[in-house]
Amino acid sequence: MNAGLNEYLILSGLLFALGFFGVLLRKNTLVIYMCLELMLVASTLALVAFSRFNGTLDGHVFVFFILTVAAAEVAVGLAIIVALFRKRGTVQVDELKELKH
Amino acid sequence: MANALFYLFSFFTLITAVGVVVNKNTVNAALCLLLSLVGVAGLFALLDAYLLAALLVLVYAGAVVALFLFIVMLLDVQGGVRAPFQRTTAVAGTVGLAVLVAGLAALAGRSGLASTPAPATAAGAAPVGAVLKHYAEMLFTTYLLPVQVVGFLLLIAMQGVIVLSRKFAAEDAK
Repeated sequence: MNAGLNEYLILSGLLFALGFFGVLLRKNTLVIYMCLELMLVASTLALVAFSRFNGTLDGHVFVFFILTVAAAEVAVGLAIIVALFRKRGTVQVDELKELKH
Repeated sequence: MANALFYLFSFFTLITAVGVVVNKNTVNAALCLLLSLVGVAGLFALLDAYLLAALLVLVYAGAVVALFLFIVMLLDVQGGVRAPFQRTTAVAGTVGLAVLVAGLAALAGRSGLASTPAPATAAGAAPVGAVLKHYAEMLFTTYLLPVQVVGFLLLIAMQGVIVLSRKFAAEDAK
């Protein structure tokens, strides 16, 4: 079986699914964040594959922007997690439920 | 050769991604994420996106995962008992799995995309993603405004992080 666009898209979907389950199932905020990164990377893989098989460069440039936004997102998100930890002493989502009621 | 590398890299990426999700130890999960990103960078190289492969390793594997490790060790959230999954979580996970598997099966079964041939590169000509000049042309013409916006976004994110940490330092002092 030749590695065509289909194989890359299926791989990307599987990677996205894994990240999705991590977000659904894990309780540690930091691990949830890592799984979000996994989902972002899966989408970039699909973009690069589409770009390669269409012979254009737009997907590559989009990935460029996604990388930048992801870096900014990680910086802000981790700062929020650290602030939360200093305030509450925990990063488990089970114990952070003040917005629930 | 490229096929063997594709399967090797994709297997490696998926295995380490599973490691991110199931690992109890947060440091191990971060290191699995690092390996997974290296696998994706290998796939990018197979897709002739050499610049993106290098950027992924530098930005993600270098900066982001290092930041994650730093925060994990700073907060010291190692170990601890992991509560069993709630029933609603398990049901949501199963439904999500079913939907995603159905989508992937539809994608694989249709195989309309598989017929897309890889664009034939003329002998001696480099593929479009491998030439840095093309990136520069796109970033400074078509995508000039997004580049500026992303620059502002980075500036704002940096200031936001500074404000976040300053505020809490002031509250602790009270």
